Order: sequence, then C-alpha cells, then structure tokens
Amino acid sequence: MRVNVTVNGEDKQADDVWEGESLLYVLRERLGLPGSKNACEQGECGSCTVYLDDLPVCSCLVAAGQVEGREVRTVEGLAEGDRLDPVQQSFVDAGAVQCGFCTPGLVVAAHDLLNRVPDPSDEEIREALAGNLCRCTGYEKILDAVRMAGTR
Amino acid sequence: MDFLRPQNLAEALAFKAERPEAVPIAGGTDVMVELNFDHRRPGALLDLNRVGELAEWSTSDSGVRLGAAVPYTRVITELGDRLPGLAMASRTVGSPQIRNRGTVGGNLGAASPAGDTHPVLLVTGAEIEAASARGTRRIPAEEFYLGVKRNALAEDELITAVHLPVSEGAQQFSKVGTRNAMVIAVCSFAIAIEGFQVRAAIGSAAPTPRRVPEAEEFLAEELPWGAPLPDSLKRRFGELVAAAADPIDDVRGTAAYRKHALSVLARRTLGWAWQEILGRDSACA
Ligand SMILES: Cc1cc2nc3c(=O)[nH]c(=O)nc-3n(C[C@H](O)[C@H](O)[C@H](O)COP(=O)(O)OP(=O)(O)OC[C@H]3O[C@@H](n4cnc5c(N)ncnc54)[C@H](O)[C@@H]3O)c2cc1C
Ligand code: FES
Ligand code: FES
Repeated sequence: MRVNVTVNGEDKQADDVWEGESLLYVLRERLGLPGSKNACEQGECGSCTVYLDDLPVCSCLVAAGQVEGREVRTVEGLAEGDRLDPVQQSFVDAGAVQCGFCTPGLVVAAHDLLNRVPDPSDEEIREALAGNLCRCTGYEKILDAVRMAGTR
Repeated sequence: MDFLRPQNLAEALAFKAERPEAVPIAGGTDVMVELNFDHRRPGALLDLNRVGELAEWSTSDSGVRLGAAVPYTRVITELGDRLPGLAMASRTVGSPQIRNRGTVGGNLGAASPAGDTHPVLLVTGAEIEAASARGTRRIPAEEFYLGVKRNALAEDELITAVHLPVSEGAQQFSKVGTRNAMVIAVCSFAIAIEGFQVRAAIGSAAPTPRRVPEAEEFLAEELPWGAPLPDSLKRRFGELVAAAADPIDDVRGTAAYRKHALSVLARRTLGWAWQEILGRDSACA
C-alpha cells in the first residue's frame, strides 16, 4: 500500500507499506526520520511520541494506513533550522539528557503541555509526562527542563 | 492483509457485512499492540478514523449519545459535567498519548474484564448502540459482556455509540493499580446513587465486569438520607461487594488481595458519593 502523509510540513509518500505496520515504522524505516525511538511497541514508554494532527500520540500504536492525508510532526520538526526549540534547548541546559533514548518522546510531550499550559504546576508536568519512561536521568532534571522551558 | 478505509458509516457497515473477519481499528491502542507482537494476523483492518458519525456526541432529553470513536481526552474535556463517572474512568486510562487515541468503543470492543469504562457503563444504565447492514439495536450494558474478551456483538456489527443518561445524582469511580499512572486495573469499582436508587459494579474481579445486586439492595434500604453514614454501614457494604467478586490470582494481584481491595474501594467511593449528596442537600436548604 502507498501512504501519503504530511510530515513536518512536507508532503511525503511511503511505498510498499505493509497494512499492519505502524506509523513509527514508516517514519523510521521508510522516511528516514529516526528521531522517534522504538523501545516497547506497546504504548508503555512514550519514546515514539509524535504529534498526529496536533495531538501527541504513540506512533507505534497508529496503523500506517490511518495517517493517509493527515499531518504528523516529529521531534525533527520542532527545531527551526539550527535553532533548537526552547524545550529542546532546556533539556540540554538542564542536563535532562543522558543516553537520550527517551528524549525525543519527552520533548514532544513537554512541547504539547507547554502549548496548552504555559506555566504548568509540578503536578501538571508529572501528569503530562506520565506516559514517558526514562531509565537514566531519574526525572528530576526532566522536571527542571520543563520548568525552565516554561519560562522561555 | 487488506486495509479498508470507509469514508462514512454506511460504507463501514457494508465492508463489515462483506468481510466479517475484518478487525475494526479505532484508536488502535489495543489492536496495534496485538499486531506489533504478532498475536493477531487478521485478513483485513477496518479503519474507523474517517467515519465522522462515530467521532461525534450529541445530547437529547434522554441523555448523551456518545459516538464510539470519541477519544477519552474529549470525554474528559467536553463531557465531564454531564457524565462525571465516565470522565473519571477516562482520566485513569493510560497516559495522555493513550487517552488522545483510545476510545470507549474500543474499550467495549476489546471487552477486557479490566477495562476502566465498564463498571461505569454498568452503573449508569448505559446502552450500547450496535449497527450492521441489517439495522441498528441497543444492547443494555448488562447484556453486553459475555466473558473474558467476549461481547454481544454479531460478527457483522459495529458499535456506533453509547447512550448514557445525564447524571442527576452522585457518581464515583476508583481503581487500584500498581502505580499512579499507566496501569491496567488490579480491580476497579463504580457507584451511582440517584433518586433513592443505588447501582454499583466491579471490574477486573470476575470474568466480566458485573453489578453487585446484594450490596446494592442492602445500601438502598439502609442509606440514612440526609444524615452522615455510619462506619458499620460502609463496612458491611464493602463486605457484600467483595463477596460478589470472583477474582483470579495473577501477576498483578492475588484473588484475596483483590477482594480486600474491592471492599476498601467500595467503602471509600461510597463515602465520596455520600459527601457529594449531603453537600448538595445542604446547598439547597
Ligand atoms: C499503554 C497502554 C495503557 C492502557 N491503559 C489502559 C487503562 O488504564 N484502562 C483501560 O481500560 N484500558 C487501557 N488500555 C487499553 C486501551 O487503551 C483501551 O481498551 C481503549 O479503550 C481501546 O480503544 P481504541 O479505540 O484504541 O481501540 P482499538 O485498539 O482500536 O480497538 C480495540 C478493540 O475494539 C474493537 N473495536 C474498536 N472500535 C470498535 C467499534 N466501533 N465497533 C466494534 N468493535 C470495535 C477492535 O476491533 C478491537 O478488538 C491501555 C492500552 C495501552 C497500550
Ligand atoms: S515504542 Fe511506542 S510507546 Fe514505546
Ligand atoms: S536519558 Fe536515557 S532513557 Fe532517558
């Protein structure tokens, strides 16, 4: 099957897509966008989080055919050229990145939170990031990064 | 495998009549896990995302008609005041990412005994609207759950909507999980008190979600309208709820733990519901 989808503002086509494969697979393996990470393929870790029509979703749980004609925004689409998005910059500045595997998903989830709630409480941050697992940083630095991004 | 992409409900029903083996996919939060792990290889997927009729809700005198494919996030933000119990249960599902995709229709389609919306649908007297090329029917929630992951749909039917009366009374839902977010229920409990009537139901504690008639009858007779609840009454209610459960031992909890936890959930949710009712009474007086 062929899938037509807008990714980070550009119209893309993926060919020979197997009907049961995920949006995550299409992004990584067919469109060469490795930013979204594949860890669990069952919605538990959030490392594959992308925007689908402006809502953050686990791309591993969206069937490729479901995105026909829709808009996807990945972590690659947040920066403007060489200028990182404030959320990305804050993750760097706060030291919220160790191995970096969880980072793309966390950045998208945090980006969405700050779009909706510019000055979130700690509780709101925790709730918004509840679907993203990090095995390295212990979350405190991640919370710092989101707080920092909120002030930028 | 085929990927069927109906553009409206009539097309979706025609596809389902022609290809009963086609697996409907709404949010995909259950279906994709099964595909990713090779637990299922259906002949076809039937994508419901483009069927506009399933993604809407509307109200009438008799209540809310909630389209099967309205995601949890919208139930919470758009219907929290009218359907407080369902919104509470929706808030406990997965994570924001899961709630942005997951739907009440999908919860019903999967019919897991642990699905969070089921106890609420049972206590609110919800009806499931099912449609096929042959016509439309309404199935009371109590007749919908037939066994572990089995429901009352015929093979050519789709869930089109859930009908729920707008709440006039108090509704509460609570679940026990191994952590705060992102967990499937070890057990869950819902209660609705309205117009001197009591309904209560348990989830993840029997092969299907189920109501607890003895506990309901006891409570309806003993509730001290207008006065605080005695502890003994809450305790007895909890015992009757636990007695109605038929849980299993599994990795998430033992049967004994589930019964104990249910009695605690029953006591607490009853207390919250009663506070709501007393608060409202005193506000009226
Ligand atoms: C990480 C994670 C956490 C989760 N946490 C919870 C939780 O806390 N509580 C909970 O209850 N669930 C949870 N779930 C399960 C799942 O999110 C819910 O069951 C959700 O309601 C499924 O909705 P969906 O639209 O994604 O269903 P889908 O995956 O699209 O479909 C589920 C089933 O229903 C069928 N179906 C879907 N729509 C229809 C329809 N209109 N008519 C007929 N059949 C239909 C499908 O064929 C399939 O069998 C979780 C899942 C994941 C991946
Ligand atoms: S890979 Fe999608 S949530 Fe883990
Ligand atoms: S930085 Fe390594 S998993 Fe989060």
